[in-house]
This record gives sequence, C-alpha cells and structure tokens, in this order.
Amino acid sequence: MLILTCPYCGVAADETELAPGGEAHLTRAGVESSDEDFEAYLFQRKNPKGVHFERWRHANGCGKWFHAARCTVTNEVFGTYPAQTLEPPKEILDEIVARRPGWTLETGP
Amino acid sequence: MSEPVSALGGAVFDGAVKVTELPPRAMFSLKGDLASKKIVKAATGLTGVDLPGPNSANGAGENGILWMAPDEILLMGPRTDQATAAARLEKALAGTHHLLADVSDARSVFLVEGEGSALREALARLTPADLHPEAFPVGAFRRTRLAQVPAALWMRDGSAVEVLVFRSVAAYVFGLLGHAAAGGSLSHF
Amino acid sequence: MSARRIDGGRLIDRTKPLRFTFNGRKMEGFQGDTLASALLANGQMLVGRSFKYHRPRGIVTAGPEEPNALVNLGKDKRFEPNARATTTELFDGLEARSQNHWPSLERDIGVLNDRFARFLPAGFYYKTFIHPRPFWKHVFEPFIRQSAGLGQAPRHRDGDTYEHVNVTVDVLVSGGGISGLAAALAAGKAGARVLLVEQSAHWGGRLDDAPDIDGQPAETWVAETVAALTNLENVTVKLRTTHSGVYDHGYCLAVERLTDHDPLGPGPRQRLWKVRAGRIVAATGAIERPLSFAGNDLPGVMLAAAVRDYLTGYGVAPGRRTVVVTNNDDGYRTAFALKDQGLEVPLILDARSDPGPVAEAARELGLKVAPGKGLAGVSGKGRVEKAAVAAIDGSGAVLDELACDCIAMAGGWSPAVHLWSHAGGKLHWDETDAMFVPDPDKPPLGADGKAMVRCVGAAAGELGAAEALETGWAAGLWAATETGHKPKRGAGPKAEPDEETPIAPVWVMPRGADPEKRAKMWLDYQNDVKVSDVELAQREGYESVEHTKRYTTLGMATDQGKLSNINGLAVLADARGEPIPAVGTTTFRPPYTPLTMGAIAGEARGDLFQPIRRTPMHEHHERMGAHWEPVGHWRRPYAFPRSGESVEEAVNREIVNTRQNVGLLDASTLGKILVKGPDAARFLDMLYTGMMSSLKPGRCRYGLMCSENGFLIDDGVVARIDEDTFLCHTTTGGADRIHAHMEEWLQTEWWDWQVHTLNITEAWAQIGVVGPKARDLLEALGGMDLSEEALPFMSWADGEIGGFKARIYRISFSGELSYEIAVDAGHGAALWEACLDAGESLGVMPYGTEALHVMRAEKGFIMIGDETDGTVIPQDLGLSWAISKKKDDYLGKRAQDRLFMTDPNRWKLVGLETLDGSVLPEGAYAVDDSKNANGQRETQGRVTSTYYSPSLKRGIAMGLVRHGPDRMGEVLTFPGVDGTETKARIVEPVFLKEAGA
Repeated sequence: MLILTCPYCGVAADETELAPGGEAHLTRAGVESSDEDFEAYLFQRKNPKGVHFERWRHANGCGKWFHAARCTVTNEVFGTYPAQTLEPPKEILDEIVARRPGWTLETGP
Repeated sequence: MSEPVSALGGAVFDGAVKVTELPPRAMFSLKGDLASKKIVKAATGLTGVDLPGPNSANGAGENGILWMAPDEILLMGPRTDQATAAARLEKALAGTHHLLADVSDARSVFLVEGEGSALREALARLTPADLHPEAFPVGAFRRTRLAQVPAALWMRDGSAVEVLVFRSVAAYVFGLLGHAAAGGSLSHF
Repeated sequence: MSARRIDGGRLIDRTKPLRFTFNGRKMEGFQGDTLASALLANGQMLVGRSFKYHRPRGIVTAGPEEPNALVNLGKDKRFEPNARATTTELFDGLEARSQNHWPSLERDIGVLNDRFARFLPAGFYYKTFIHPRPFWKHVFEPFIRQSAGLGQAPRHRDGDTYEHVNVTVDVLVSGGGISGLAAALAAGKAGARVLLVEQSAHWGGRLDDAPDIDGQPAETWVAETVAALTNLENVTVKLRTTHSGVYDHGYCLAVERLTDHDPLGPGPRQRLWKVRAGRIVAATGAIERPLSFAGNDLPGVMLAAAVRDYLTGYGVAPGRRTVVVTNNDDGYRTAFALKDQGLEVPLILDARSDPGPVAEAARELGLKVAPGKGLAGVSGKGRVEKAAVAAIDGSGAVLDELACDCIAMAGGWSPAVHLWSHAGGKLHWDETDAMFVPDPDKPPLGADGKAMVRCVGAAAGELGAAEALETGWAAGLWAATETGHKPKRGAGPKAEPDEETPIAPVWVMPRGADPEKRAKMWLDYQNDVKVSDVELAQREGYESVEHTKRYTTLGMATDQGKLSNINGLAVLADARGEPIPAVGTTTFRPPYTPLTMGAIAGEARGDLFQPIRRTPMHEHHERMGAHWEPVGHWRRPYAFPRSGESVEEAVNREIVNTRQNVGLLDASTLGKILVKGPDAARFLDMLYTGMMSSLKPGRCRYGLMCSENGFLIDDGVVARIDEDTFLCHTTTGGADRIHAHMEEWLQTEWWDWQVHTLNITEAWAQIGVVGPKARDLLEALGGMDLSEEALPFMSWADGEIGGFKARIYRISFSGELSYEIAVDAGHGAALWEACLDAGESLGVMPYGTEALHVMRAEKGFIMIGDETDGTVIPQDLGLSWAISKKKDDYLGKRAQDRLFMTDPNRWKLVGLETLDGSVLPEGAYAVDDSKNANGQRETQGRVTSTYYSPSLKRGIAMGLVRHGPDRMGEVLTFPGVDGTETKARIVEPVFLKEAGA
C-alpha cells in the first residue's frame, strides 16, 4: 500500500486515494505513424526491475496527474513531479543517481 | 418555483458525535489561474473571505472559499439569488480564461460536531487522511475518501467538521457517519 | 475446584470465579484465565483431534502459536470456529466445543485414519487414492471430506459489529514486553507520535523470567513505564491488539479485540487499525520450538515455557510429575518453577553433554540432571504416562523408563520475525544460537529507501532481559530520530546480563532414531506432518522448501507453522545433507494470526456494503414501487409494476403508453461534463470521432468516443452552450470514467491547450418527457416556447417551465418526440411530481430502463455495453456517419486504420428477427457449418441485444455477424444451451421505421 506525495497539492496520498496510470513519458504516435511505431506506443511497455517512471492520478484528491520515480524492487520512491513534462526533471535524475550509483536513464521505447 | 430540497431533508444523527445534514447552500465551482487577480477578486468579492492556500479553506458563516485543486476553488454562500451571484461573477471574470458553474445541488454537506477527540476519531474510522491535530488543524481542508466514496473534509473549528460529498451518496455517507459515531473512544487523538 | 489449581498466578483474580462449559460440561475458572488455562485447571487434557489422523491432542502452548487447542466458540449469531483456547480470554458463560471429531471427542471414528497412517503419507492425495479412478470420487474423497476438516462454518449472520480506524503515526511499536516498552518510552519521550500494541491482555510479556530493572522488580518497572506512556499525550497504548501485517511504505494492519472477552460489553466486537507508520519497532518476542521425539503429540507434552506460564501466570499445574527435556538453559527455568511450587520433576534430560552452571544450580536444588540424554519416546493411553530415556546420539535404545504425566520440552527459541519479513526483510542463520534472526543489512525498506522495521529483544534473537531493554531503547531512539525528532540525552533502562551456556541443536531425538520412531515424531501437529513425511518428500524430489511445504502441508494450517517451520526445514536440510541456511525458509505472509471476516469487512456490510447512488427522485420511485436495476453504483427504476402486474407486463405497458401517449424517464444519472475554454472545440474534435467544432451554439450533436486503440468507450449528446463552452453527456456509468479520460489527455498530452472540464452530473436532475403527447404535457406545465420552430430537433434552450428554471434539450433515444428537462437537483423531485400532475389527463406514466432499452432497440440505436464490449469499433456498428472524414486526427483514428480493424471479415451490426417471432436468448452465438480442430461448430455472429417488442408484438434482436450487412434476408441458426435451436433472419437494425422525433 504505497503512499505518494502529490506534487500539486502536497498531500501525502494513500494508495486508495490514487489511481494508477502505467508507464510515464510515452510519446503519442499519431495518424502518420508506422504500424510498428504505433504498436509500440499502444502495447510495448517497460517492466524494469529497478527504477521506473510511472503515472498516477490524485483521484480522490486534487484530481491531478503526476509522475513518480519508484524502484519496483524495494518500492523506494525517488520523487514525484508534475506530469507536464516530456522527461524526468534533473533533480529527480540526480536523486536516483545519488541513491543508485551508476544508473542511467534509458531512452527510446 | 418551489424551495430546493437537500438530499436527506436535514437528517440528524446524535451519537458520540452529532451529524446534521445542512440545508442547501449556493455553491459555485470556479476553475482558472488562481494567481489571476480577476479570479481572486471575483471570488473574494462574492464571499467576503480571503483566497485560501492549498489544502485549506476560509469561511465566515455560510460564506466560504474552499481550495479544491491548484486551478479550482469552490465558492459558498447563502442559497438566495444564485442567478444574480453567478451573473456578478461572470461579469467580474470576463476576459479571463475560466470555468464557472453553479453546482449548488451537486453536493450534500454534513456538519459533524463533537467534543475533544471524538470528532477526529469518528472521521478517522472512514478516511485514510491523517486527522491528527498537527496534520489537520482548524481551517484545514482535504479532499479524500470516506470509505468507498470521494469526500472533502473542512475543519471549521475545534469541534466541527463540514463533510462534503456528492448528493447521490448522501444516504450512504449519512449511514457511514452514523456507524462511525456509534463506536467507542479510541484514546488516540 | 480441581487439584490442578495451585498457589500463585499473577494474571488471575481468585475473587472472581467464572463459569463456562466445554462440550456441555460445566467448568469453573477465574477472571484472567485463558480458556486453555481454565481447561487445564479442570484437568481437561484432551482438547481436540488432529486434522488427518484424528489423534487425541492436548494444549501445547500458552500463546498464539497453539496448533491443537482450537475450539468452536459461542453459538448462533456469535458462533466462531477455530478459536485458539490459549488466546481466548475466559468470561462468564463462555461456551466452547472441541472440533474435528465425530461422534464425540472421546470416541472418534476418524481415529481409524491413524491405524491406516501408512496409507496417508506426504502427498497421499496424489498417490494412494488415485487408483482405481472411480474410487476417488465415490469412496475416498467423501470419506476424507467427512472425517477431516476443522471447525464448522457459521450458519447465522454475524451478530456483532466491527469497525476500521485509520491513523498515521511516527512509530508503531509491536509488542508490550520489556523491549517494546523501552522502545515506546524512548520514542515517546523524544516527542514522536507512537502507537504501542500488545496482543495479549497484559503488559510485560514473559515477566517472570525477568531480572530487576533499574534496581526494582521488573513488574514494578513495567507498571511505571506503562503509566508513564499513558501520560504522554503523543503515545497511544493498546492491549489485546495484534499487529497482523506490515505492508509497503509502512502500512500496517492491527486487530483490536474490544469485546471478545466481554461479549455483552458495548460497541463493536473488533476494530481493525489501519496504521501508516514512519518506522516500526517489532518487539514481538520469540516462539519456543518443540522437540521431535516419538509420541511428542500426546496430550501432556507441552512447551517448557508454556508449562511455566501456566504455573506462574495462572496458578495451574499441567502435571504433577513433569519430565523436563531440553537442549538449552531455558528449560531449567521451568524445572525451577515446578520445584518452586513443590511439584515433582523426576529428571531433567539435557541434550548437551556439558550443560554448565545451570545444571549445577539445578543439582543444588536437589534436581536430577541427565546430560547427553534425551527421550527415546513417550507413551500412554490418550495422554502421557511414561517417558523412555535414551542417549542423545544413539538410535534410541531405552536406558530408563520414568512414570510421569507431563513432558516439558525446550527445543530453543525462534525469533518471531514475521513483521520483519512481511515487507521483504531478509534473515540469516545464527549458528551459535541455532535460530534465524533478522539480517540488519537487508531490512524491509520504506518509501525513503531506508529501513522501516527494526526487530528488538527476542525478536532480534536477543533472549536476555538486559539486551531486550538495550535494543528496545536504541530502536525507540532510532525510530524517533528517523521521523524527525531529536531525542534528549539520557540513559535507557538497564538490567544485569545473564550468562548462558549455548544451545545444542537437536532436530530429531535421539539423533540416530530409526524410521519407525521418525514416523511417530510430529513436526506440524495441526496438519499431522511428521519427520518421516518431510524425509519422504525429499526422497521423492520435493527438495525445495516451498515444494516440501506444499507436498507435506507442513506449516499450512491455521497456525502457519509457528511451531513447525524451523524444525521442519532443519529436518529437510539434514535429509538433503546441507546446512540449514542453504535450505532457507518459506515466505512469511500476513496475517500473523488469523483475523475474522468481520474485522476485514468493518462497516462494509448490509446497507453500507457498497455505496448506492440515488437520484433526486429516488424516494418518489420507491413510493411508486419501482423494480430497481443497478447501473454502476446507481439504482435506476427498471420498471414501475402496478399491483397485480408482473415486471414484464409493466415494461410492455410503459412502452406502449410512451409510444401512444407520453412517458417520463428519470435521466438524472446520465453523465454531464462541462468543457470550456478557447481550445474546447479543438479538444472535443480530438475526443469524439465526429466534428464538434462545427456545432452551432444552441444545437446538439450525437458523438462517439473511442480509446486510443480504436474501441468505442462511450457515446452521448454534446450541446454547445456558447462559443467556448460545451456540455457533454455521457452514459450513466460513464461520467467519472469519461471525465477522468478527458483530464488525462488535457493534463498529460495537451497541457498547453486552454480547456477546463467539470463533472456537473450531480448538480442536475434530468427528466425525459417522451411520446407523441410530450409537448402537450410541457405546455400544460406552462412556460417557455417549445414549438418546433423555437426548439427544433437536436437543439436546446434555457428558460422556465412550470415555474422551474430549466434547460431543455430536444433529443430522442426512442424515436418519439422527446424533451429532456434539466433543473437543479434540489428541484428534481418537485418537477417530477409536477410533470405527473400536468400529464395526468394525457395518460402520462413513468417508465424505467427496460422500456428505454426496448424502445432504443426498436429504432436500432446502439447501447454502450450491449453492442460494445471493449473490442468493437464504430465501423462495426454502421456508425461511419458519426466519424468525421474531414479531421486529421481523433483518439482512436490511427488504431482504426490497423489491419485487424479494417479486416472485411469483422463481425458487423445487423438486426435479427426470429422466424417464429420468439425472443432470441441473450448472448447466443450463430454457428456455421464448419468445425474447428476440437470438433466444435465455428461461430459467425452473436446476439448483442434481444427483447420482446410490444410495438411489433414479436422478438427483436441486434447482433454482430460476419459480413452481416451484405447478407440481408439470410437465416442464421442460434443453438440454445438447452439443445434447441432458434432460427433468425438478418434484417436492417431499425425495426420501427415510422414515427417520432
């Protein structure tokens, strides 16, 4: 039962106040995209053992979508940040590297 | 036109705490940039109270402003002439990107009153929100859930909380609060 | 009272006798007794029978680890099976019955299983009874089901109430022994918010063993510390509260038993604490291990510490003549306690060849110690009568035989590491102390990535009082500091350390016991798993500890292996010829002890089982005798049967009346979402398949919404309020979901678009006034102009009707002339009644959801959830007209272009008319002539909606059929589940051509 701090309202929200939204930072493949790209966008999801970026909505709260950086093994939370971004902010990445030396951000699908 | 009726007609439950369904109020949802002077002026002008910060609410009697989200507040006032109030708000908000809606009947408001820790204990039976006085002082406002439905809690003073829920679940929430008010002391808060 | 009650007993109050019954027999005990101590005091050695062999069983422990003494408690509405007698507090009038026997505890027919024990080895389900095949179903299984099983399932509704409570604390301390008290005091004094829970009814744990603390008797220190904690405002202390589990991010569950010991007391029976803790201190103690010798399951064989607990805590002597068998110093404490009470201890058998100072102390007291010796076995008829002594390293040659009525076995201690392990803490094997202890380098982690649990005292393998205090105090300081508090300097409580001679592990006694003896050594009492079973499992290849567990059922009973797991895996390690840590443990899962269904459910039962959403007209419908239908959490009238009328007749009447006169529908449940902003039109063009930006203010348009993978998710009418504002109607169940869908795209994809959305569903009551006389009814109400010119089809207007401020939509889902009137929810009931009054002379009748469904099907309108199931795209439903060809993009557009979506073989919407006029079965499939690889007939379509149409006086249906629209007039075959077949002709999906709107 996770507890995540909503970066919008600052509430440390119980998992029962949140709605999960799967992997963060997907890039929408539009009408012109190839079958392969579109399939990847729709169905191919990362399932890392370790650092993961995911989407949550503070559903029973301020209603805002946000992102969380979390370790899928230990449930350690490196930070939460607003969803209006294409990539994790630097302070989140720095925090992850500080706690997981040698970790690098995997780019691409 | 007939007088508007609340969902439960003013139901009351008296236990370790007292639960009263309050009569209808005027309520307006206002979404927009809360830093906008126009929005602040419109809201404070109508209600006569200051704009609250995150997770809090300001009130004076039936008037109030409740912080719902970073871009949303709920304005409250007496249920008299909403149409005029709405028109006044729209006039004040003209030219700024916003959404204003009269939602006076969308919610039911319960006043939960109790002495000492009984009040916090009753609500703690239903919400995962931290209701310890340090975390939820007088003036605090939090949107959360009560058992299985969304709800908002407003700590109006040391012995009274206003509970806002959607109208359709008023009977369910009244039942929940009655169940919670029937329990004994937790000796916790 | 019985001769087994002796002097002493710090937990009982002899001035308060209590009466209770066991299997109908009247017995007496005292306030403070557990059911187990009271049974023992009454000389009741036999308390139950084992699960598989129905062997007679007695009380083994004095705590929650008890495997044998499970009873049926209470009766009728307060009946509970599998209650542990050792943790059940006695109260006046308690009624207990033993379980797992037939016809009686003393004469049990299932004991035959014991005679056939060799046919019931590990994995017997898979082996013995497999052949001949039919015998399993008709002979073996019924026999096993009849004779096995635990307590009875309750037959009445639970007469008690339960509740939940949520609290957030800095520090949760589990366990009110001296270590937990020290931890709570340290954290509490530092200002942390502390919750201290203790599973039993008293503080201090196994207090009798404790030396003086800070120069005063331990009991005094405990009382003073509890008083100090109670006085701290930031500390909450709870007795009778079992910490059940630790979950992610410091979430914990604990059950408080409020009236189990006082069933007539006020308030709920149990309270489930849902605790969010910053740090957790597990001061959960340790559980003593049994020793594995032949006959170790006979009544009278008990854990040594339990014997001591009954003596000192309850003033009960489980035996008059007790043989102590031990492999560590702690067993001697029991011998001393027995001696102290003047009870006979004929011999202390110590597996260690050199027991050290403790044996000297025993001898000084006149006790006889036999080093290097153990039990060859115990025997007796239904209870212990005789103990046979053997050399510990031999094969079991009997050196001596002793008459006795009790065996106190001390096999060493296993720290109760459950709470540490629940959320992922790892263990390591401590070779010296022969126990698994928490590995401080691999703790369970909290949200901050740091250790969130710390074990202290015996739970950390620190069995001495001095260490318990020291680790407890240190953990309290740690927990407070970690949660942002600054403890003041100050020394913690102290006690004199106690030097002990190390344990000599003995997993099988004697170590060289032959197979016959091993088949009489019980590991798991409740599930009847013996040393020989584990060894057999290993021989048969079930070597992994998790496989052994499941093959033998070791540790799978209600006690979850609290006594048996460590002994079992030590036996497995020995059989594998490997060290214990190489075998590892099975997974510790919550809950620590079983909890009641009532505690789990809390308030969620009866009327509060789940929220029921009511429209503003709900009570009116109820008075009208509505037959309800759940739609999501909403309750909607399915129909309004009149007296003497069936529901089906009511539906038909409502349809006919609506088509001939006028009907009223409570449409308040339809979702209503306001979308506003300079980019609102652009946004809706992306959300809907159709074009919304070209809609004129004042007008309405039907729209379809798809998910990004193309499938239909919702539909509804969109009304443009002004240039920047739209009102989107959703399906009844869809408002929250679609509002969330809108916000998701706005917040996470198009966050630079200027759009606000608001779900205003509940602000409005909405009434459909439907039928040829709809306008007449509204004109009778009086108010705004609703003429064709003023309010044409697919338009809306604000105004006043019958004195109500209203917004009226001219839209139709039935094909009839139809208005939907929206007013403030607080006026909904009044408007509903006004409509009924105004329409009385016009023949107005309310109608329910079934009439709504039938009427829409008669006109061929699709229903989300009937025609769609998450795999259907608009193109399948002939809805291409609602897809804009002019738009570059909308959600689902790219997906609808994928190969599978454009496949001409996709099943498509058609109407279906049975040849005989009957109603097709719901969900029926149309078959074709070919067969699949399994010889089943291939399908070519299915029924999505099917009704009796009173307008056409025949069955009508809609369905999805391969190439359906190209096959008009063809007849399909629909097999029923009863072997019959129905034939239906493919037709256009619009059944009722004429009339309306």
